[in-house]
Amino acid sequence: MQVEKFYYDNRSVKNFAFATIIWGVVGMLAGLYAALQLVFPSLNVSQYASFGRIRPLHTNAVIFAFVGNGIFMGVYYSLQRLCKARMYSDMLSKIHFWGWQLIIVAAAITLPLGYTAGKEYAELEWPIDIAITLMWVVFGWNMFGTILKRREKHLYVAIWFYIATFVTVAVLHIVNSMELPVTLFKSYSLYAGVQDALVQWWYGHNAVAFFLTTPYLGLMYYFLPKAANRPVYSYKLSIIHFWALIFLYIWAGPHHLLYTALPNWAQSLGVVFSVMLIFPSWGGMINGLLTLRGAWDKVRDDVILKFMVVAVTAYGMATFEGPLLSLKSISAISHYTDWIIAHVHVGALGWNGMLTFGILYWLIPRIFNTPLYSKKLANRHFWLGTLGIIFYAVPMYWAGFTQSAMWKQFTEAGQLKYTFLETVTYMKPFYAMRSLGGTLYLIGTLLMVYNIYKTARAGKLVANEAAEAAPLEKVYTPHKGEHWHRWIERKPVQLMVFSLVVILIGGAIEMIPTFMIKSNVPTISSVKPYTPLELQGRDIYVREGCYTCHSQMIRPFRSETERYGEYSKAGEFVYDHPFQWGSKRTGPDLAREGSGNLKKTDGWHFRHFREPSSMSEGSIMPSYAFMLKDNLDTTTTKAKINAMRTLGVPYEKGFENIANANLMEQAGRISDNLKTDSIKVSPGKEVIALIAYIQRMGTDISNQPANK
Amino acid sequence: MSALFVLIGISIIVAGSFLTAFLWSVGDGQYDDDYTPSIRILFDDVSAPVITGISKESLDQNKQQTANDKQ
Repeated sequence: MQVEKFYYDNRSVKNFAFATIIWGVVGMLAGLYAALQLVFPSLNVSQYASFGRIRPLHTNAVIFAFVGNGIFMGVYYSLQRLCKARMYSDMLSKIHFWGWQLIIVAAAITLPLGYTAGKEYAELEWPIDIAITLMWVVFGWNMFGTILKRREKHLYVAIWFYIATFVTVAVLHIVNSMELPVTLFKSYSLYAGVQDALVQWWYGHNAVAFFLTTPYLGLMYYFLPKAANRPVYSYKLSIIHFWALIFLYIWAGPHHLLYTALPNWAQSLGVVFSVMLIFPSWGGMINGLLTLRGAWDKVRDDVILKFMVVAVTAYGMATFEGPLLSLKSISAISHYTDWIIAHVHVGALGWNGMLTFGILYWLIPRIFNTPLYSKKLANRHFWLGTLGIIFYAVPMYWAGFTQSAMWKQFTEAGQLKYTFLETVTYMKPFYAMRSLGGTLYLIGTLLMVYNIYKTARAGKLVANEAAEAAPLEKVYTPHKGEHWHRWIERKPVQLMVFSLVVILIGGAIEMIPTFMIKSNVPTISSVKPYTPLELQGRDIYVREGCYTCHSQMIRPFRSETERYGEYSKAGEFVYDHPFQWGSKRTGPDLAREGSGNLKKTDGWHFRHFREPSSMSEGSIMPSYAFMLKDNLDTTTTKAKINAMRTLGVPYEKGFENIANANLMEQAGRISDNLKTDSIKVSPGKEVIALIAYIQRMGTDISNQPANK
Repeated sequence: MSALFVLIGISIIVAGSFLTAFLWSVGDGQYDDDYTPSIRILFDDVSAPVITGISKESLDQNKQQTANDKQ
């Protein structure tokens, strides 16, 4: 057979690699900054750089910019070689690369400006959501095009991981990003309350599964054997664990909502699948580590293998911990604490970070056709990175256990032993130690930047790498009896996958809105829609990312009901677009902040927003003094009321026209009330709206007669 | 709680598509050989230019170019 000559596209690989490095540094800097803000609250220098806006910037930059570009770098390099074909289209590669970077830049601008959808890891607003969908389709098109023109019949297991990544992320992103635009940069989630929470964590968990795990497992199956120059321990195991992993992963989401208002059977379903997940996860970990059996002497000398070994080990630890954390009894302790922060950073710094570094050190010298500038620097990076992970994770685990124990501690008289503030100030040394771990990790990364810069300068990019392979036989030989599905098999896989995605998009857009809005019916009669001022205040709460530190979900434990009041009911959240349950209590839960023992005066809130530590000594909350000066934008009120009504919130007809009058009246009352507390503030300021919202929290249910 | 049923429905569709892909891959004979593919991916290095990868010539040419650039 005639051997064909062709060229691998290394330029796209280089572009994605450099983007990975640059955004990695940016994402880590944002993380370090956020970590330091918890130690030194005065670092919240302006409204654009307050913790609530920096934290989403950090998570989005690390997940979608650093790991995202890392995925594309690895896929573009390995897919071409596994398929023995150049990427399907240079044009698509270019569009994909620049499109993705534009999305990242848009995120880096809009998140500090406070344009956010208010759902974790899905904060980006609707125009960017659409751009992500388009770029994802471009990526899929390019990938399936390459798979179709491949010169190697067998699809290596890594390719299957990439395919699963593409399909699932597409579905997740579309379903979770269903939102109704109000203005160019403001939208409301289509789902409300408990439904929104369920969709969000179905997305959130699978984002971890199919953005941070499956593509990186695919990369591990290519780059680890290549770096060690030996085949994977068991190819059979890789196939079994791949199929098992993707079948199990999509059902595990509800473990993020244990002991919340989610129906119990859904919680249990999530737990069962999460526990089962340990088998396929460890299948991957074992397969990776055992690939090095009999070659551990190589690991001693080869820094790339060292990075990969730590990565796979971290993957093993995180996926052992994951099923444990999903058990209800452990979640009762770990949820809302820094334990979870430790858990995700073992995954992010260990698994994603270290594997990315290993791949970069392996790949850059190859595409630049020159040896690595300095092995010694790479070794230093390895040790700084590994120590950084330990210095990060250990204090956070310690903090998590301590925090949880303090929250749950009762005195002999049956009273809560610690105020929430005491638990916050107790955390400060741990937060400081964590920042040290992060700093070490970042310094290591900077060493890599220098090392790779020098390497790239010394070599020259082999933009088009020559390769040869025999073309694939095009003839299909019918074998052992025609099945009804023979026709699918003869068709390209591409057609099948794309039609599926198209059907899903179409179906989702058609079905979900009608289905969901009808079901957003109130179940507790005393729960009423927000007043226009409260709604505006709630949008400020979302804008400022308050959910990054405050939960709004009281679990049915005595330690929580004593501290916060009656546990949260599903029916209380029917008008919440988006839900704001949060996942972390750096500050206290706010679900009943406006009622019961927790209720404070308007004046207290005013002074607290101006300077939190003036009311709660030792508080690490940022100051929101700018809200005392900034005027509330009331031009959007009408559009917001209309949008909410479209989503099923029962505002009366014509209410949108008197909404602003209603708003001003309520604001006037709060302003007058503040006057009696010798605070002079015009009713048109943002802080008034936020106070209105805070004072509303949790009041609906306490207005009910006690018998429920 | 209709969101539950939406999500379960979508998850079943995704799982179904994976199942179809799995059946296709088995029927296609993708797993008839579960050993060679793990070896095959190792062969595209410079050391084995005949099978695939960078040819010796292009490598030398590249080195030449790099050297020229430096001068």
